Amino acid sequence: MLELNLLLVFMVVGAIIAVENHNLLSSVIAVGAVGFGLCVVFLLLGAPDLAITQLVVEILALVILIRATIAKTVPETYKGRELLAYGVTIIFVLVFGAFSYFALKYLPEFGAPLMKVSKTYLEEGLKKTGALNLVAAIILDFRGYDTLGEASILFTAVIGTLAILRLKGRKQEKETDELDS
Amino acid sequence: MFVYLSCVVLLLVGIYCVAVKKNLIKIIIGIGIMEYAVNLFLVILGYRQGGTAPIIQPGAANPILVDPLPQALVLTAIVIGLATTAMMVAIAMRIYNCYGTFDITKIRKLKG
Amino acid sequence: MSLIVKTVTRVTIGIIFLFGGYIVAHGHLTPGGGFAGGVILALAYVLYVLAYGEKETRERLSMKWASIIESLGGLLFLFLAVLGLAGGYFFLNVLPKGTPGDIFSAGIIPLCNLAIMFKVGAGLFAVFLVLVTFRVAARKEEEE
Repeated sequence: MLELNLLLVFMVVGAIIAVENHNLLSSVIAVGAVGFGLCVVFLLLGAPDLAITQLVVEILALVILIRATIAKTVPETYKGRELLAYGVTIIFVLVFGAFSYFALKYLPEFGAPLMKVSKTYLEEGLKKTGALNLVAAIILDFRGYDTLGEASILFTAVIGTLAILRLKGRKQEKETDELDS
Repeated sequence: MFVYLSCVVLLLVGIYCVAVKKNLIKIIIGIGIMEYAVNLFLVILGYRQGGTAPIIQPGAANPILVDPLPQALVLTAIVIGLATTAMMVAIAMRIYNCYGTFDITKIRKLKG
Repeated sequence: MSLIVKTVTRVTIGIIFLFGGYIVAHGHLTPGGGFAGGVILALAYVLYVLAYGEKETRERLSMKWASIIESLGGLLFLFLAVLGLAGGYFFLNVLPKGTPGDIFSAGIIPLCNLAIMFKVGAGLFAVFLVLVTFRVAARKEEEE
């Protein structure tokens, strides 16, 4: 699959540009390009559900990141690097890469997975649930408990964010109201 | 094999960014790249040669469908990744408000 | 923001709402589902905040309603799960046929999609609103 390989190379190059760039805004835009490339790769691999979700999630993440970094007085990254952290990380990356090369040889070939559990889902999904979209049938009927856990994670993250950004809540709001009126 | 190796390379780029860089926003970007790599790896595991999307069309006769189970797992993982990114950005903005900088070496030295 | 942006926003917000609702409502027939539709709904509100400024949004869509809708979505999802438990197993049989109809097609699944849409949409909108408000408050403190 030629277009799949080309898109993967594009994603890796985009990630390297995002990591090594000196300007913060350019890094954020490069990571957005990686996310959009991932969305097209999902489409090529036969997962339209994931492509729609990845696209809109990427847009919202880009809006939040740009809103946090723009108009700050220090847009540049910081100079100097600690040599010890740099050396240890390079050694770890090389060792991890070598081990993963030997480990990935045991995986089944790309394009021929062993589907032991999914055979039941594919053959009896329509009969047991009545939904045409099998992915929705899996996340809401066969594995509904995982979706309940995901909903509680989302709830906790939203409460956490609201709690972090509101420590001086009511008094600051009263002061800004007095300033405006 | 090239497809699996490119997922691992993407993960390693993310790990390098988290371990070496000093700017908080760069660290958040590195964690995002690691999330992309893991989601991509899970979906690649479920691809069947010549397969289409796992949606049954009434009338077509026995098509080859892609494995739907990894897609169900990755669907929730994508939205959870967004929630944790938002929370990390909130913490970063608090730190900037308190210390005036995004540099992680200076945060250790000043006292808020 | 200029007048052109405000007018175009007023026209396109309804279309984005409709698109998000369509993706959620047909979640069991075509690709999509509750999560994608919920994020699209949150993006419609984000467009409103970006075009009209944060003050006017606070008057029209307050934070109180966002938390109420999010909690209601979570409670609805839990209620549907417990309902299935009362029937014996985790699913309640309401016309489980593969007809290409809209709502009455797959039992609990469309209602679960609706609950997830409320939860995800309201939660992400609340997070974005607090992020924008915090920056404005911080800049006002710097000016003083």
